[in-house]
Amino acid sequence: MDDVKTPSSEERKSALSGLGTSRKRVEDARFTQGKGNYVDDIKLKGMLFGDFVRSPVAHAKIKKIDTTAALALPGVHAVLTAADLEPLGLHWMPTLAGDKQMVLADGKVLFQGQEVAFVVGDDRYAVSDGVALVEVEYDELPVVTDPFKAEMENAPVLREDIADQKEGAHGPRRHPNHIFTWESGDKEGTNKVLDEAEVVADEMVYYHRTHPCPLETCGCVASMDKVNGKLTVWGTFQAPHAVRTVASLISSIPEHNIRIISPDIGGGFGNKVGVYPGYVCAIVASIVTGVPIKWVEDRMDNLMATAFARDYWMHGKISATKEGKITGLWCHTTADHGAFDACADPTKFPAGFMNICTGSYDIPVAYLAVDGVYTNKAPGGVAYRCSFRVTEASYFIERMIEVLALKLGMDSAELRSKNFIKKEQFPYTSALGWEYDSGDYHKAWDKALEAVNYKKLREDQAKQLELFKSGKSRKLIGIGLSHFTEIVGAGPVKNCDILGLGMFDACEIRIHPTGSAIARLGTISQGQGHATTFAQILASEIGIPASDITLEEGDTDTAPYGLGTYGSRSTPVAGAATAMAGRKIRAKAQMIAAYLLEVHDDDLEWDVDRFVVKGAPDKFKTMKEIAFASYNQAIPGVEPGLEAVSYYDPPNMTYPNGAYICVMEIDVDTGVSEIKKVYALDDCGTRINPMIIEGQVHGGLTEALAISMGQEIAYDEQGNVMTGTLMDFFVPTAWETPNYETDFTETPSPHHPIGAKGVGESPNVGGVSAFSNAVHDAFKPFGLTQAHMPHDHWRVWKIAKDLGLHN
Amino acid sequence: MEKINVSMKVNGKDENLNVEPRTLLVHALREHLEYTGAHIGCSSSHCGACTVDLNGKSVKSCTIFAPQAEGAEILTVEGIGTPDKLHVIQEMFKEHHGLQCGYCTPGMIMRSYRFLQENPNPTEEEVRFGISGNLCRCTGYQNIVKSIMAAAKKINEEAKVEEKEIA
Repeated sequence: MDDVKTPSSEERKSALSGLGTSRKRVEDARFTQGKGNYVDDIKLKGMLFGDFVRSPVAHAKIKKIDTTAALALPGVHAVLTAADLEPLGLHWMPTLAGDKQMVLADGKVLFQGQEVAFVVGDDRYAVSDGVALVEVEYDELPVVTDPFKAEMENAPVLREDIADQKEGAHGPRRHPNHIFTWESGDKEGTNKVLDEAEVVADEMVYYHRTHPCPLETCGCVASMDKVNGKLTVWGTFQAPHAVRTVASLISSIPEHNIRIISPDIGGGFGNKVGVYPGYVCAIVASIVTGVPIKWVEDRMDNLMATAFARDYWMHGKISATKEGKITGLWCHTTADHGAFDACADPTKFPAGFMNICTGSYDIPVAYLAVDGVYTNKAPGGVAYRCSFRVTEASYFIERMIEVLALKLGMDSAELRSKNFIKKEQFPYTSALGWEYDSGDYHKAWDKALEAVNYKKLREDQAKQLELFKSGKSRKLIGIGLSHFTEIVGAGPVKNCDILGLGMFDACEIRIHPTGSAIARLGTISQGQGHATTFAQILASEIGIPASDITLEEGDTDTAPYGLGTYGSRSTPVAGAATAMAGRKIRAKAQMIAAYLLEVHDDDLEWDVDRFVVKGAPDKFKTMKEIAFASYNQAIPGVEPGLEAVSYYDPPNMTYPNGAYICVMEIDVDTGVSEIKKVYALDDCGTRINPMIIEGQVHGGLTEALAISMGQEIAYDEQGNVMTGTLMDFFVPTAWETPNYETDFTETPSPHHPIGAKGVGESPNVGGVSAFSNAVHDAFKPFGLTQAHMPHDHWRVWKIAKDLGLHN
Repeated sequence: MEKINVSMKVNGKDENLNVEPRTLLVHALREHLEYTGAHIGCSSSHCGACTVDLNGKSVKSCTIFAPQAEGAEILTVEGIGTPDKLHVIQEMFKEHHGLQCGYCTPGMIMRSYRFLQENPNPTEEEVRFGISGNLCRCTGYQNIVKSIMAAAKKINEEAKVEEKEIA
């Protein structure tokens, strides 16, 4: 009677485009047609613009600010200074790290580019004219740019506001320019092991100051509706809910009267986690003028003032037996935080997860101390495509491994293999207290070495070295190895919060009568493709095709509360919430199906997109049917509708890991390097969308390439920013960027509902070590042990020169 | 500042603007004509997010004044396809995951649009050089290059079919 064959489970599964499929992105239709909606695209009726007068000097008293000429200009409506914000208590604001930061310069400036006054005008041209006419008189003070000089006895006091405070947000302060000392691990035990060790390698590893530099800068449109008493702010916010709460706390506007909307975001990479003076000034200006105010940074503002990353001086000692078994690790880090401690770390972790610095290795005892200091540089310390200092930690241990291998005269691939945490040791508790969830490092490492034919690479390298030594070539080859373990998905509420807000995340799902759905999350995509991938998670959980599921994020009036997207937390936390909310939907669907089929709940089993009566495969109800029934049947004991919400507090962090190898050719006479090969193997647990994973790895590797080979925020001794434009700040073009080979192993996280670990930041974490180690490796035969990044052409040329290779 | 009249043709439509002479083309397009596809990433010609086609050439619209485009024919990303029939380059960017956050995408597509007319059969190296004025922070370019190579192939195949049909 019915010729149409019921599709098999496999066919129905494939129609869902669920977990594991390289589903094309739903975001792309609007982006390819120029129909994205970014902050600067927003245009509201009566909207005015605002921009900053910024400090040209790094440290000075402000003697006078004269706004007369600016205010006299037609088109300029207002000029805000600290004096205007003070009555509102908004001339300073709290930072995410428990410090406070000037919104507008309060009597002095502490870094070049600091916000001094906020000019409001008709359009960006009028504002620009106004900014140029604000007269500021500065009385310059001595400048501190070297973090090692910050705590000298006669060092100029930077933060006069807290000069006498002996206690900071993270414990005792011993000097006016000292922020905190954070310790982790067994100091005595580690010292004892180091004292008695057969071999100790001792090195200073510097991870230089750089910047996330997303292509879209930071900005917002603030609109105070005085009739309804409601403030709406569209902005480049990686954590919209946290921004709402902070905005309420500092402005005294009740939280229900604040609506934060993150529209499309043009890349974040950590830059858009923090709260910046521009947001506060735009909000105040909107309250003062009664009209919407737009503030958007230009590129120089962005590089100079918002959100630097890294700047860690990591002094390390690593000990081992003569055979290469690592016995202990010691690290002291001097952290240059700039003028205000505005690091975006969970409250209890002033140096983020730097204590993951034992890396992928089974190290019996370790000790870490981090000293944070103030200098006359911009505040920030954000996690640039990284989970709170994991990049620094990973680079540190991967350099220390190389330095130790040199000392031992051992191949560093073998040294790694000898010390990896073994598969059977998971869950593994590290010497600094983290519980690694899962991994198979040996499998990944062996696969990587085989894929690149490591033995042959070393032979080729040796041949090239002979050619160089015999004068037949001026090029050297370096092989950069890297194995990394990340710690992402912050995090368990028991130890992870930001400003007291637990770092859970949430997903709310509504199934519509016709069987399609909308899901809302507490995260916000900045290019990661959440609308595509979270629908895939859900498709597999509830049997509704991904294409029938709308994903919405970023509007605090509609999305459930969550802590946002950074630190690779979206998949580990919000992804888990999505799966759990899906399971609640399915549980209710099962009750509905049982009623419709007149069987007991337990007589049903789930089959891709339907509940089937056990042993009677022709008796079933599809999710589509169940969805409709939930809206039109009076089912005893069951509420109408099909909705669920899950707030997910992860039991542990997740630990993505991987093995990266880079082959680089270096011209000794010019310092120019050419990437010959990059192989990246990632284990991010369960893979949701392989196409998107690969794209994330390509992008992260390119950021790693930039950081290791040239990108930096450099200051001169007077505190002038030397790299404030894209002319000086290195962002690779397609021309400098190589092709990448990607690979994977798949070791699911045992505690995550679908086993996924997160991947977006892995390539930045693993990549920097691979590129940097390649440079070091090329010069290893000539005695190079450590050369600080970035390895730009000049610095590489200088390495060769200092090693006497130019004679 | 006194305003002046500027006329140009944008995406096939005649437009008359009354703007300050210092108005940048990108602001004229984005704020006066509400074509917000072209983005601003650096305001200094480095990033290419604002790339549009002006009289048959790729131009970074953040670095020319609107009056310099007097009488010009301008094409922006909004003008090369329709929601029902995307341009092949737009299709291929979708197909090969040639974008992530989407901010560089309109500029990247407009540069590719012109580049493939300058060089319809490019090598990978030529593509990489051809788009080196456009920065992307998300993709690492590999899939952008793949998208452009695929678009070139498809455009050429379609041209061959058309030739055959004419013959």
